[in-house]
Amino acid sequence: MGISETYTRGRELAVTRPGSVLLGLVGVVLLFDLLVSLVTGTQSLSGVGSLVWDGLMRGLVIGLAGIGLSMTYSILNFANFAHGDYITAGAFSGWATTYLIAGLGRADVGALLLVGASGSVFGGTLGIGVTGTPVAVVAGIVVAGISTVLLALLIDRTVFKPIRDEDGITLLITSVGVAFALRYLMQFVFSSSVRGTTAQPPSLSLYLVDGAVRINAHDIALVVVAGSLMLGVHLLLQLTKLGKAMRAMADNEDLAQITGIPTERVVRAVWVVGGGLTGVAGYIFILWKGTLGFNDGWLLLLLIFAAVILGGIGSIYGAIVGGLAIGLTASLSVIWIPSSFSRAAAFFVMIVLLLVKPEGLFSGRSTA
Amino acid sequence: MSVRDDLAARIPGGDTGLILSILLIVYAAYVLVGVGLGYSLRGQFNTIAVLTFYIAVFAMLALALNLHWGYTGLFNIGIVGFMAIGIYVMAFVSKPLYQPGGAAQVGGLGLPIIVGMIAGTVAAALVGLVVALPALRLRADYLAIVTIAMSEIVRFSFLSGEFEQFELFGTRVGFGGGSGLILNYTDPLTAFFEVFGLGGAYLGLVDAFGALVPNNPKPVVDSLVYGLLLLLFVAAYYWLLKRTGESPFGRVLKAIREDEDVANSLGKDTNRFKTKAFMLGCGLMGLAGVLWFMRSGAVTPNTFRPRITFFVWIALIIGGAGSNTGSVLGGAVFAALLYQGPRYLKNLIDAALPNASAPSGFGPAIAPLVSNVDPTPLLLYTIDSIRQLQLVFMGLVLIWLMHNRPEGMLGHRKETAAGIPLTASQARDKTAETDGGTTGGEADE
Amino acid sequence: MSDVPSSTGSEIDTDEPDGAAGVPDADDAESGSLDLGAGGPDVGEPYPLEVENLRKSFGGITAVDDASFSVERGSLTGLIGPNGAGKSTTFNLITGMLQPDAGSVTFDGEEITGETPHAIANRGLVRTFQIARELQEMTVLENMMLAPKFQRGEALWRSVTPGFRDDVIEQESELLERVWAVLEFFEIDHIAEEYAGNLSGGQRKLLELARALLTDPDMLLLDEPFAGVNPSLERRLLDHIHELREQGYTFLLVEHDMDLIMENCERVIVLHQGQVLTEGSPDEIQANEEVIEAYLGGNV
Repeated sequence: MGISETYTRGRELAVTRPGSVLLGLVGVVLLFDLLVSLVTGTQSLSGVGSLVWDGLMRGLVIGLAGIGLSMTYSILNFANFAHGDYITAGAFSGWATTYLIAGLGRADVGALLLVGASGSVFGGTLGIGVTGTPVAVVAGIVVAGISTVLLALLIDRTVFKPIRDEDGITLLITSVGVAFALRYLMQFVFSSSVRGTTAQPPSLSLYLVDGAVRINAHDIALVVVAGSLMLGVHLLLQLTKLGKAMRAMADNEDLAQITGIPTERVVRAVWVVGGGLTGVAGYIFILWKGTLGFNDGWLLLLLIFAAVILGGIGSIYGAIVGGLAIGLTASLSVIWIPSSFSRAAAFFVMIVLLLVKPEGLFSGRSTA
Repeated sequence: MSVRDDLAARIPGGDTGLILSILLIVYAAYVLVGVGLGYSLRGQFNTIAVLTFYIAVFAMLALALNLHWGYTGLFNIGIVGFMAIGIYVMAFVSKPLYQPGGAAQVGGLGLPIIVGMIAGTVAAALVGLVVALPALRLRADYLAIVTIAMSEIVRFSFLSGEFEQFELFGTRVGFGGGSGLILNYTDPLTAFFEVFGLGGAYLGLVDAFGALVPNNPKPVVDSLVYGLLLLLFVAAYYWLLKRTGESPFGRVLKAIREDEDVANSLGKDTNRFKTKAFMLGCGLMGLAGVLWFMRSGAVTPNTFRPRITFFVWIALIIGGAGSNTGSVLGGAVFAALLYQGPRYLKNLIDAALPNASAPSGFGPAIAPLVSNVDPTPLLLYTIDSIRQLQLVFMGLVLIWLMHNRPEGMLGHRKETAAGIPLTASQARDKTAETDGGTTGGEADE
Repeated sequence: MSDVPSSTGSEIDTDEPDGAAGVPDADDAESGSLDLGAGGPDVGEPYPLEVENLRKSFGGITAVDDASFSVERGSLTGLIGPNGAGKSTTFNLITGMLQPDAGSVTFDGEEITGETPHAIANRGLVRTFQIARELQEMTVLENMMLAPKFQRGEALWRSVTPGFRDDVIEQESELLERVWAVLEFFEIDHIAEEYAGNLSGGQRKLLELARALLTDPDMLLLDEPFAGVNPSLERRLLDHIHELREQGYTFLLVEHDMDLIMENCERVIVLHQGQVLTEGSPDEIQANEEVIEAYLGGNV
């Protein structure tokens, strides 16, 4: 018994403290490896720069979409597996609008509304892009946000509200049902084809010692939109009464109910804010990567979960930082491991962090 | 709740009787519809074989998941990952050695199929251990995210070029990458009969079957017999898990599900129990993966998407988590109604309307409805897309179940976690036995 | 009082530590007291539980601050203190549910600081919870059958392997007998087949105590066992506790009800702001100015 106790305690210790030590060591080794390969010329500085830029872009999308997930996770107390399909829904609604505005008179309305299902219209042919068709893009962003809000509210009213008091797992399982219904309904309507959505955007090259890092107009658009929305959420939560109420509820729902904050109203506000951000994130994600398929949101969802958990559930700054960390991990991991494992690396980072610091990086600072 | 109890009370044979009667009804329905549409005998046999196959695999998977979720409260949504490990490791071990010029790009270790099956099961259990060691201490929803992430990591790994082919013991082996892995070992069914020296007898059976299906009866007989074998596996799963549940071990698992702190404060090393239960369930999922795919000719990593996990969850929730009988029934009902049902329906409609051609997309399908109120193309498109819509339907079923019957379609099933019946009369009999029957009812008021 | 006949002592398992099995109390037969079938409490150190300089803080708030006390064998000791005095935290530290920042806990002469809850329980130091934590979806009998330590069938392979399972079944029958005797002792045998979630608050408390006893403990830590229990059931519960104490079990009791503590405990330990304010007999405590002040100041 003595031995097994010592062993258990040793294992616990190895996981808590020395775990972080080990993690730091691994980081140092990786960094050293990178330095060596830079010096020996196996990696170019500009190549690494491009990866960092790519990771940042990815991270902004994940972070922006993660804010909504983090808010619902902390306030409604469940992991919403339908969140990824809200992203896809936002993308489809927004891109249908963009196609319609950009292609009106040049192609069949039905084909435009279905975002060129089965190759009936091509985004590239319509010249879609933030420089080519700015009005269509802005309208698309707005519609993506609004329609995702409506969708989130509708699903909340019909699906989640009746079982609001159930435990988190019941809600989680239900949200899986929502996810599948939504995803395959979208496949039914928009087809399973992955379509190109944009024309080649103009880009500029930043010279970095030994080569160029290319930054295109859609990268800039992503930075501007994501950055301003994140700032907006920050102000909303800091300055408005609603933000205060949300923070109170995330901390303790019972308390919030006693002190008289109208919780259903807060819940609705959370879906409005979270849904809006999610829809826009879905839209700009597609704008940035230039292709759209019915699985896109779902494939992003696990990375978003990783980001939200990494940052600490309920913290919007955590979601943003976590998003950037996950995005950078996924992009930069190709320096050390084969690219087919970049996603796996991101999950791995999440799992490791769960072990070392299960409460997340920004724990205890709910929703603000 | 009472519906289920009444049913069980009325059906002779208790739980086994209930399972058999439900299966009987399902089969009768399928056969009757087939007869109504004038299916050939061959077609009927095929329908039955395919139905049996899916009933069996979903029943096995639901049983394994029930050990995790129903008994221990472990929220595993990485089921498909363990299945993938099962079949891939089995293929790796049992595929014949690489032959240059053969159809298969890579070879295996060339060991007997049974060794491969065991290796696949053990590998899945070991990966379960790797996941369990860190993750079982986490909150239920974190475990969920870790397990689903694990199942995706498994899929990416088998997809990756790095594992596509490599050298081991001087021979070319691998997992085939995105283009898939050809399962070019002897047909497991043939191998199975040959182990018992029954290869000839089996071929005799096939010949005899030729009287019913004259034209090439072997595939039909093969799939029927394989379905039957799978049912035996279901029985074995059921037997094993029933014993596991009805024991002090199962009692601790149930206590962990209810309140882990309590189990701990009563001196139970809950982490050990959880790890064991998790590994056992993962191993059984791995074996189910082997049995599902080992006769499919080839496997590709993208088969193992999380939707299969979702299927198993629906099956378990239909049957009612916590009950082994419920798991088998849930697997059967899911396979017959939600999984095979719509596909069968599509076949029927195709047979009834042989000349109708469905539009290629939603656009051409809905346009006639808008322009001249003609719903036919949309209807045809809907029927044609039944495989996608069936997933929509399953999602809605899941939502409905969680709203209305979270305890399962058949109501809450009570399975006692003990090796003997735990009833007051049993206990009194026991005490009476040793005390000479003097004091049994004294404290009863 | 129900008169429980002693059942035959059943040995639980071969790998049980420190000879807890067997050795029934010599006076069992005459007193007609409850025999738990595994020998009752051990007789060892005069002070089975010793707590020294225990300290625990949560993010800047020190919940337990250098607390030291000991509990005498075979006593019914009360642990009192105003709200937030650190009583529950102390319990959690002793039973391994929380790890102390400093200090030590000794049980039966061995240091158990930082051991896991199950290891501590297996040493014979067993707790109940403030809010009864019955296992809701399990019947009363299942709840009880869970408790005995080191059951053969807790090994998975033994429970499923043909041939070996017979031993498991045999032990299950023996356990059921013991369980039934304890249920009768606590007069809750009439609800044996009920789901624990359907019991009344008082019945849950009885079940929890009965369940804890089945682990064959030497000492029981009861966290507010009378909260939400009606007076007649409270009397019954107290009678049971006194009876068990006479059989040699040691009790440490956290309780809010002052009168109850003063009437029933031989010794009382007073916690205040995480420290042991004083300890002594009920009379001494009642006369202690500091205690009165602590309670008045602590808005109780």
